[in-house]
Amino acid sequence: MDIGFIGQHIWNGVMLGVIYAMVAVGFTLFFGVLDVIKFSHGDVLTLGAFVGLATYLGLQRLDVMSPFAQLIAVLALSIVSMAFLGALIARYLVLPLRNAPPFITLLITLMVGTVIRESIRLFYPNGSNPQAFPKLLPTESWHLGSFTLRVDTLILVVVGVAVILLVHMLVNHTRLGLAIRAVAQDSETARVMGINFRWVVLATFGLGSGLAAIAGLMNGLYYSEVYFGNGTMLAVIGFSAAVIGGLGNIYGAILGGFLFAAIQIATVVVLPLPSAYKDVVAFCVVIVLLAFKPTGLIGEKSSERV
Amino acid sequence: MKAILGKKFGVTLVCAALVAGFTCAANAAETVKLAFIGPLTGSNSAHGLGGRNSAELAVKLHNAKPDSKYKFELTSLDDECKPNVGVQVATRAAADKNIAVIIPHYCSAVAVATVDVYTRFTAPVIVWAAVHPDITYKRKTREMHRVSATLINQNKVAAQFLTGDQKYRRWAAIYDTTDYGKSMFSYFDKFLKETPGQMVGTFGVGADQQDFNAELTKIKELNPEIIYFAGLTPLGIRLLNQMARLGITAQFQGTSGIVGEAFVKGAGELAEGTVAMYDNPPVEKLPRGKFFVTEYAKQKYNETFEAYGPYAFTATTLAMDIIEKVGPDRAKILDALANVKDYDSIVGKITFDDYGQNINPTTTKYVVQDGKWIDWDDSEYKTGKRKLKGR
Repeated sequence: MDIGFIGQHIWNGVMLGVIYAMVAVGFTLFFGVLDVIKFSHGDVLTLGAFVGLATYLGLQRLDVMSPFAQLIAVLALSIVSMAFLGALIARYLVLPLRNAPPFITLLITLMVGTVIRESIRLFYPNGSNPQAFPKLLPTESWHLGSFTLRVDTLILVVVGVAVILLVHMLVNHTRLGLAIRAVAQDSETARVMGINFRWVVLATFGLGSGLAAIAGLMNGLYYSEVYFGNGTMLAVIGFSAAVIGGLGNIYGAILGGFLFAAIQIATVVVLPLPSAYKDVVAFCVVIVLLAFKPTGLIGEKSSERV
Repeated sequence: MKAILGKKFGVTLVCAALVAGFTCAANAAETVKLAFIGPLTGSNSAHGLGGRNSAELAVKLHNAKPDSKYKFELTSLDDECKPNVGVQVATRAAADKNIAVIIPHYCSAVAVATVDVYTRFTAPVIVWAAVHPDITYKRKTREMHRVSATLINQNKVAAQFLTGDQKYRRWAAIYDTTDYGKSMFSYFDKFLKETPGQMVGTFGVGADQQDFNAELTKIKELNPEIIYFAGLTPLGIRLLNQMARLGITAQFQGTSGIVGEAFVKGAGELAEGTVAMYDNPPVEKLPRGKFFVTEYAKQKYNETFEAYGPYAFTATTLAMDIIEKVGPDRAKILDALANVKDYDSIVGKITFDDYGQNINPTTTKYVVQDGKWIDWDDSEYKTGKRKLKGR
């Protein structure tokens, strides 16, 4: 195989991995801080993309045609509204059930996800159909032999990696991050030390849901399409990625996301199976990995999370 | 006692007279139910809604005729292009004996799954769009009929035309792994083997798959001259978008599943030059097609009639014409459907063979030119002013 094609496959994998990793990081943040699995994460992602699309269409009506202004408005509105929604879900649905069995929270968030998904389908005009997502980024291509690089893909990968790094910095090098980590490690002691527990939880859910909005927009920009069911599969993949990496560990989530993308692509490239089987193969690998390392690849050695 | 009896008798007489009167009045314009089934929601709904509108139009036009014996009422059901949902709604329609004829399915995967339901309930069926051969040809049934063609001929014409006239030689194929995509691909592959054309790579993909970058990168490496795609509109649009992202310049060839406005609208400029075969010349070119186009326009529907709208109109009109002749009895309708020969319709003459399949397909080559599907023979590609990719 020509080096250019190998590069192209790797590049495709990187792009896919960035989206998966961002979803997985969200799952891991929620789990790390509150030991909950928030299954509405994928649908928040979809809603973020739809808010972005609606913002774009609104701006078109208002004759705001500058792609840069459109992009900024789409990003801002989508991220802020989803962060707010995430905090709302935490405040009114997750926190009150803190002392209930964990599966209740899981069930509640699953239902919230279904409500979001079906609401998009029913209330967005023509919501059952895939919607064309605007091309807000430049689409010029560079050809290096058999390797083709489009500027928008490059921007998406760079932004995705930067966002993941920022989250990492935020968690490890800021006061908020310190508070998040303290709550993750031992919420009771953290409270005694004067950390506002409720505020930290809301901030974490806001952060995770804002990340979901970015992932949703990236997904829309990359595939030029959004669909009310986008989030379902992404959530399952993101959650699996977080689990194989080690739920509660940011590095694990990133590793899991890229690993999942790599398996999917390798299935198509290497195995003589119809490529429709790529998800089957990828999830089988997840099962095998979990059988050998139930705590994930970067499992928790100590009680430290996040 | 006598008086009471007499009173009772009188009441009975009045009742009988009333009932008879009502029956007579009802006979004057008895309402007969028909069922239309198609994907009214979901990613293929553009085609489903276009078909539904066309069927509705046929009913409206018929009901407006002063001399018709029956008034018709159309029930529209949504199969969502999903076999499991299709079986549910098919059962609902077939089990309702008040529904005289069922006009079902755009998606082949759904139609293949529902054949058994219709035969079990001996419900007269005229399929309006789905093209998989098994729907009529897998076994002989009394119930199944189809006005649209099977997918066999379009693949034969495609293989001959693209290797002959256009001299393409190296193909890669992407097909969805539903009955529809697999069957399309197997026929094309079979006919391609009879030509100098060669298949260098094949990829079966999920019908709702989103990412094709891995498959397309592999295709880019195989460097085919032309990519054959067997699947429906949403997947076709995704593929074109991702081909552009990877800088793949091969010619794109679809099947009847992407013919329609939804595809050119969704794919925009990328659709230019896409080739596909479809079972009929453009409807406005047919002797009675203009009538349909004008009447459809008058209704001011939100959706266009799409590729198979004329067939939905034809199937509905045929059903109503037969009921006018033999009445709304399912057994009699089935007998009449078995004898349909040279029935004059907006898509040309309809004749059902022993399997209920219309045997008059006029496969036509189509190409997208300036955002419209155009008969190849009328296009600038035919005259040589524009050229397909790599020619």
